Amino acid sequence: MDSTTDTIESFVKSEYKYGFVSDIETDSFAPGLNEDVVRRIWEKKGEPDFMLDWRLKAFRHWLTMTEPHWPNLHYPPIDYQAYIYYAAAKPKKKLGSMDEVDPETRATFEKLGISLNEQKRLSGVAVDAILDSASVATTFKEELGRQGIIFCSFNEAVKEHPDLVRKYLGTVVPANDNFFAALNSAVFSDGSFCYIPKGVRCPMELSTYFRINTAGAGQFERTLLVADEGSSVSYLEGCTAPMRDTNQLHAAVVELIALEGATIKYSTVQNWYPGDKEGKGGIYNFVTKRGKCAGRNSKISWTQVETGSAITWKYPSVMLLGDNSVGEFYSVALTNHRQQADTGTKMVHVGKNTSSTIVSKGISAGQGNNSYRGQVKVLKSAANARNYSQCDSLLLGDRCGAHTFPYIEVRNSTARVEHEASTSKIGEDQIFYCNQRGIATQDAINMIVNGYCKEVFKHLPMEFAVEAQKLLGVSLEGSVG
Amino acid sequence: MLEIRNLCAGVEGNPILKDLNLQVKAGEVHAIMGPNGSGKSTLAQVLAGRSEYEVTGGTVAFNGADLLDMKPEDRARAGLFLAFQYPVEIPGVNSTSFLKAALNECRKARGEQELDAVEFLALVKKKTKLLELDPALLGRSVNEGFSGGEKKRNEIFQMAVLEPRLAILDETDSGLDIDALKVVAGGVNKLRRPDNATLVITHYQRLLNYIVPDIVHVLMQGRIVKTGGKELALELEERGYDWLLETAASNGKP
Repeated sequence: MDSTTDTIESFVKSEYKYGFVSDIETDSFAPGLNEDVVRRIWEKKGEPDFMLDWRLKAFRHWLTMTEPHWPNLHYPPIDYQAYIYYAAAKPKKKLGSMDEVDPETRATFEKLGISLNEQKRLSGVAVDAILDSASVATTFKEELGRQGIIFCSFNEAVKEHPDLVRKYLGTVVPANDNFFAALNSAVFSDGSFCYIPKGVRCPMELSTYFRINTAGAGQFERTLLVADEGSSVSYLEGCTAPMRDTNQLHAAVVELIALEGATIKYSTVQNWYPGDKEGKGGIYNFVTKRGKCAGRNSKISWTQVETGSAITWKYPSVMLLGDNSVGEFYSVALTNHRQQADTGTKMVHVGKNTSSTIVSKGISAGQGNNSYRGQVKVLKSAANARNYSQCDSLLLGDRCGAHTFPYIEVRNSTARVEHEASTSKIGEDQIFYCNQRGIATQDAINMIVNGYCKEVFKHLPMEFAVEAQKLLGVSLEGSVG
Repeated sequence: MLEIRNLCAGVEGNPILKDLNLQVKAGEVHAIMGPNGSGKSTLAQVLAGRSEYEVTGGTVAFNGADLLDMKPEDRARAGLFLAFQYPVEIPGVNSTSFLKAALNECRKARGEQELDAVEFLALVKKKTKLLELDPALLGRSVNEGFSGGEKKRNEIFQMAVLEPRLAILDETDSGLDIDALKVVAGGVNKLRRPDNATLVITHYQRLLNYIVPDIVHVLMQGRIVKTGGKELALELEERGYDWLLETAASNGKP
């Protein structure tokens, strides 16, 4: 059996290719967090008054809360005073057009394969690029604007559409929702905002690209996406960070609101720096993502491919309030080396005839530890609710771990809830079988892992699916010649 | 084509093959028979390059190349094919794309153009007929949920697509009913060419009624103890293996 472990092990030793650091002049605060810092962030961002109240309330509440320790994650205590809570690329001058983005910033995104130049863009994808805590560029604003779609940085939205922001901010993830959401609410400095008006089908994929650059800076961004009645939108999110030996904190909040008949598809490929092979460095990723199917016949679908971060704490959820509303969660989470992930979803059925689907695929390699944690809750009001959950774990090697924590709570006897789970291992015999047909070990592992994730990948938008497949390939790549 | 000289191999320090010698020429069908535990499957696995088996001595030349020095995938690409006794299931990996990847690896190694999806499917269609294989199986994951007979048939189907120089059939008859056996044997016979060779490993003479060997070897206690024509298989069927034990023992002496 040793040879199995050896073969597989040599495959899971890979290098992170987004680990470069950009030399960009930043305007950042000294480390530390107090009310004054919150105030200064508000000032820096030039937000309306209601935001200061909101932030301070969140901050004061945060002080009364303690970091949750129920996840199956192990890490040394986080010193919240050691982080920088505001860092932004120094603007040379006010941006009049895309061409005026700082060349170094532009180069950073070019290196990541994200073009901020609308002429050179990927066909049909509008991008909001966020470096450290600030949005640097949003492409295709005008074109989207013609259909009444608002897609801009959060900061811009709060100034130009304060009523919309005020109406929806915190309605899905309240400022006091949990420790990390409260922290985010107090100190978030930017993010993306998107509003799709009634009856509009967004003509292109909207995408936010997050990049942490400054050392010692926490990244706290907030995404608020509202799909008005009968509208639909597909939203993509990508993330990377430089390689650093200290752990960096990322605490984001994403709120989705689907009104009657609206559909939101939210896809993430998360590739934050995972730390080195010994577990040094990497991003601590504590994210609250939640959607609200507020209206009848609305639908929210989460698809995530999680390959990065030293620690992932993330449960993209759907509250199914509207009758006949639909919630979906498709997830691939890969933990390699010393990575740990505690991820899953929460489906709360409130409306009648609501249905939810959960497909979770965990892959553990190296000494990675992967936990699925999911809750399906059917309230008394949710007649004929349906849920189908499938949680699969795949193990590569014999030093990794996979855990499943499903919670099911049903208060209506007409509900139907199904749960399936499996654990499997890529065996030496499977690899040898592929070898014997002429397929090299690395290709065999990629083939098996991709086959295992197929059910999730098919829910990703095309270019993203290809990207995700490659990313898994790279994350599992090894040195066997 | 294949020349094995004084091959010694074992697993976890236990010697299984002891000074095995065997020569297979192009165009020939050889059968290797022997009782349980005589080393038949070990021979197949060693030739295919399974890492659990340790080669402690001897040489194997395959079309002039040092087979033991090659990685398993390179042996496959050079035209060595093993029809597994227990084909493994690979959930999630589509049979057709698996086989297409395999064939294109082999073609690449031979310096041939890779087949595109259309060309490949045309080839597959032709070969499924040969094996009377239900094409629906190819839409499923590799061997997943296949019956024992379907798995064996799928092995020979893969062989038909890959067109190896040397095919080793490891107990391909086990678990097959007589009709399936005829189909599989028929497929193997149709694939016989003057420039390829087949090594049939079996327990029973039954398969050899359908795949008629040119040469029959008896493998006992890790070495070939007797070699003869196809009539040797019939003799074994009648007399069993015990009468050869003495030969096996005496061959062991220096």
